[in-house]
Amino acid sequence: MNSLSEPSRWERFVWPIAASATLLALWHYSVLWSGTKVFPSPYDVEKGMAELLKHHVLWGDIVDSLRRVGVGFGAAVMIGVPLGLVLGWYPAINQVVNPTMQILRPISPIAWIPVAIIFFGVGDRAAIFLIFLGAFFPIVVACINGVSNVPSVFRRAGRNFGLTPPQLLARVLLPAALPQILIGLRIALGIAWLVVVAAEMIAVDSGLGFLIIDSRNSGKRYDLVVAAILIIGFIGLVLDFGFRRLEKLRSVRWGFRSES
Amino acid sequence: MSLTQPVSAPAAVAMKLSVEHLGVVFGRDGKSTPVLDDINLEVSEGEFICLLGPSGCGKSTLLNIMAGFLSPTSGRVRVDGEPVRAPDPRRVFVFQERGVFPWLTVEGNIGFGLFKLPRAEREERIAHYIRMVGLEGFEKTYPHELSGGMKQRLEVARALAVNPDMLLLDEPFGALDSITRLIMRGELLRIWEAERKTIIFVTHDIDEAVQLADRVVVMSARPATIQRIVPIDIPHPRDISSPRYLELRDGIFQQIGLAHKL
Repeated sequence: MNSLSEPSRWERFVWPIAASATLLALWHYSVLWSGTKVFPSPYDVEKGMAELLKHHVLWGDIVDSLRRVGVGFGAAVMIGVPLGLVLGWYPAINQVVNPTMQILRPISPIAWIPVAIIFFGVGDRAAIFLIFLGAFFPIVVACINGVSNVPSVFRRAGRNFGLTPPQLLARVLLPAALPQILIGLRIALGIAWLVVVAAEMIAVDSGLGFLIIDSRNSGKRYDLVVAAILIIGFIGLVLDFGFRRLEKLRSVRWGFRSES
Repeated sequence: MSLTQPVSAPAAVAMKLSVEHLGVVFGRDGKSTPVLDDINLEVSEGEFICLLGPSGCGKSTLLNIMAGFLSPTSGRVRVDGEPVRAPDPRRVFVFQERGVFPWLTVEGNIGFGLFKLPRAEREERIAHYIRMVGLEGFEKTYPHELSGGMKQRLEVARALAVNPDMLLLDEPFGALDSITRLIMRGELLRIWEAERKTIIFVTHDIDEAVQLADRVVVMSARPATIQRIVPIDIPHPRDISSPRYLELRDGIFQQIGLAHKL
């Protein structure tokens, strides 16, 4: 993002708010003018949201969705990061594993739903497995690229000071690759949040994804559907924002600055 | 003593490094390119040697072999009589640029090689070398917030902190502007006079070589051989407009000219 005139402080808040307000107004009047009986207006959605909050189901669903993402994403990090680091470090192993991974990588986790249900039954574990799959490959690939892009100058400097291979990995390769790994983790978290909604529509009976499908099935409550959609969007934004804060840490910030 | 060495080092000083019939051939795409051809060199303890040659002549390759990062095709390098097989903290390589670790502060970089020392001693050494290279007040600063000259001083400090016998510098000031480069040469000489490390300094800058070195090793274009070794018999600080300085410099200019048939 590069613009010649820096926007002033008030502009940075006012224009985005104006854009959201315009969209809301557009939505409101579209519902009004089209006379639809199915699709809710913003006002209906707000009432629906209040209803969800009052009956305390919403918090349970949010917590369930976040827990599944936490476990699935956490497992993907714990397995994917070490695996990616090793594959990045030993290109010979990577060459052996890479073709298989390239075939598995572009498969949508959704395609695995039947397989997940065979392995884990209908339930939490199937959903978590799908989230794991969605997050795993971006993490591994980011770690491989991160490590193999570490300039040889850093490796040589590390070896020159007498580091053993494990020390070299921990003290040179990992910190040098960390900015790129963080980008991979952020993408993976975004994917995990996408997958949890889909997984919850099929495999479980709680969570935000279930809330959507349940609201539709039990009485076509589209106000609740749209309310849940908005909540999903908002939480996704918060997760991404939280992760972006990590990129501001001083020990990785060098990797996110534009070349200077 | 090899024939290419017209003046032998003073007999009282121990020999630090010797290069014996060193040859390197790079194989790429089925073609083999000779890079270094029968290099012989002896360096005594505490000596300042400049390897001078045109870009791409193989002088960096020679320095990388001395450091133990690369192995020669034939011949060998010995340090203190032992053949060099792998990198070693007793001889530290200083890279042209971007060798400092961007994820560590100035302190963290200087302390990088000191992980085996107890904490108190480590902190003392870090403080000592921060003072030596004039980075006081920047202890907690990250490299991307430093200027090019400061980064290079930081890398020299990181190398010196592990107390090596030898520094191997690969065009360390090549990326700096000419004024900063002059200042850095003075700093390096000051540090060298204080610490008396053996220094091998690769450069393609004739003035730089004549200003710094005890002996300048003039190398030919690829495959590199040692054309001549020129002892610089001017005491420090050197007057770079003195007749002797100009004579030596012009002599090397001529040598390089002859070497490349200009």
